[in-house]
Amino acid sequence: MEYISQIAFLLVLAVASYFLAQRIGSIKKNINLGKDVDRSDNKGQRWKNTMLIAFGQKKMFKKFIPAILHLMIYVGFLVINLEVLEFIIDGIAGTHRIFAPVLGDAYSVAINIFEFLAVAVLVSCVAFLWRRNVVPVKRLKTLSGWPKLDGNLILVIEVILMFAILTMNATDQLLQGKDDHYVQTGSFFFSSFLMPLFEGMSVDALVFTERFAWWFHIIGILAFAVYVTYSKHLHIFMAFPNTYFARITPQGQMNNMDEVTTEVKSMLGMDAGNPPAEVARLGAKDANDLTWVNLMNSYACTECGRCTAECPANLTGKKLSPRKIMMDTRDRITEIGENIKAGKEAEEGSALFSEDYISAEELNACTSCNACVEACPININPLDIILQGRRYMAMEESSSPQSWNAMFQNVETSFAPWKFPPTDRFKWADKLKEEEK
Amino acid sequence: MSDSTYKVPTMQEMSAKGEAPEVLFWVGCAGSFDDRYKAVTIAFTKILNKVGINFAVLGPEESCTGDPARRAGNEFLFQMQAMSNIQVLDGYNIKKIVTACPHCFNTIKNEYPELGGNYDVVHHSQFLQGLINEGKVTLKDGGEFKGRKITFHDSCYLGRANGVYEAPRDVIKALDAELVEMKRCKTKGLCCGAGGAQMFKDAEKGNKEINIERTEEALDTGAEVIAAGCPFCMTMMTDGVKNKEREHNVKVFDLAELIAKNEGL
Repeated sequence: MEYISQIAFLLVLAVASYFLAQRIGSIKKNINLGKDVDRSDNKGQRWKNTMLIAFGQKKMFKKFIPAILHLMIYVGFLVINLEVLEFIIDGIAGTHRIFAPVLGDAYSVAINIFEFLAVAVLVSCVAFLWRRNVVPVKRLKTLSGWPKLDGNLILVIEVILMFAILTMNATDQLLQGKDDHYVQTGSFFFSSFLMPLFEGMSVDALVFTERFAWWFHIIGILAFAVYVTYSKHLHIFMAFPNTYFARITPQGQMNNMDEVTTEVKSMLGMDAGNPPAEVARLGAKDANDLTWVNLMNSYACTECGRCTAECPANLTGKKLSPRKIMMDTRDRITEIGENIKAGKEAEEGSALFSEDYISAEELNACTSCNACVEACPININPLDIILQGRRYMAMEESSSPQSWNAMFQNVETSFAPWKFPPTDRFKWADKLKEEEK
Repeated sequence: MSDSTYKVPTMQEMSAKGEAPEVLFWVGCAGSFDDRYKAVTIAFTKILNKVGINFAVLGPEESCTGDPARRAGNEFLFQMQAMSNIQVLDGYNIKKIVTACPHCFNTIKNEYPELGGNYDVVHHSQFLQGLINEGKVTLKDGGEFKGRKITFHDSCYLGRANGVYEAPRDVIKALDAELVEMKRCKTKGLCCGAGGAQMFKDAEKGNKEINIERTEEALDTGAEVIAAGCPFCMTMMTDGVKNKEREHNVKVFDLAELIAKNEGL
């Protein structure tokens, strides 16, 4: 009987780890379905971006209030998770607050800091729930269905988890001195406000409540870790690799299609080098035609909608929404991953660039202005996905809008997007050359 | 051609004489064909003449950079254009390029190197900023724009695409004008609606034209002049001002035009 809780804990830990490993494995596999692109260059710059943008939240601070609220949850998450380490050791070893005797006074300081952060997380989560539901921010109001529920669920879970910690600490303090198992820790400021709620309880009831809160918190955290992999909330991990591997060339630069260069060079009678092994498709028709960075972007997106709020096309009522581009990409690559797992054809179902996901109308509405790229707090690039879709439309399907096809023809025959004879190109100077200085 | 008239030497003429220009002025398709933007080309050419810059143009040998084709998805056409332009530029051993079009600027600067074309490319706002800083363009006291409210509309391909925000503003400040900013400016600047090859097709279905939204922001500043540095923005903002029936008291000018006017050119 003595070891039953330790065995139960190990079991819970093992089950959670198993599911987490499964999920990480399948997300990794899905990301690797993307085409290769080399991002092994400029390591210094990449680390700097990761530190400033992901770790330092630099781009969040374009708007102060959400940035501060987000910062509190973020710091709370990072720091409170240190306490989880103690939870795990205690759970395995059957000890109680194993760090308390080791750290002495510092332990109580640490727990007080954790409690302060727990309260800060609570306040921020309530504020965020407010911003999502009571007086909704426009970019959040437009969400519906699962994405909306997902956003609210995460906040509610965090609120409950923080209450569990405070309840645990409050009952723990009441038990100190009443039960030898509960080591002296000094008082905890925030949870002591909850103590009156539990004061009338018997020792047994207190122990039950304290243990319940402990188990609830640790199981809650483990379950949350698995849940996160199904959720937009995955950005808490993905933000880091996402900023590291994000493009660092000027935003205006489109990537060069080397397979096209080879062909153009041989058409022009230039030395084309070795032709590429096989070019499957020009541009992207489906999610697995995109690069692994695009796919990683889609798993890193937390659907905050800052991109869509800045998009000139979206602002003027066009169908395009950069956030939807990212959400559709994730949904489709997940579907492709499921197809493969089930032994079906990978591309079964509707392709990413089709009416069911991203339509031609959406692709054609983009002005390539990079406002979405600039707005993303973790350097996601929806524009890159849009442009790859357009490449497929232009080069594989010839389904570009008619006026664009006319423009292509003008460039081909008159070397200008408008239909003017090339011989007229220098006429602007005729009058000027006669003008007196 | 006497010294009293403006000169627009072509590369062909120069290389025939065994000369090389300090800088090539890449005019661009809009600068060559669009009636409104030809005025910008002329204004900039006048400034180059006045300052005595040793420049040349490609004239009839110039060709579309391929930007709209690439943005619309036609990579083949873009690369065909790029390769033949690079052949021409390299044939004349061009090192430095100035252009009044942010799209040409972005493409030649950022996208030609991967195809073998490496040049030092500047936008004309940067070039003008340089001339002002070097004292080559000294603006008259009490010029035409002194104290007048001017707002600058950031072109996406100059601003976000390449991080050039201050050069155009420095040019405006040099006019002794009052620079007023729109609600969305610099990194948050709102597109005019013409980028990404939108210039060459109708907008998709929506409830408003992007250039109207942007023009309203510009008019909200109370500026008398909307300054631009891009041929497409010029078209979109000019149309927007017309749509708002404000063309009698709000003018859209390019940066080069502002300098040229101030200089009485």
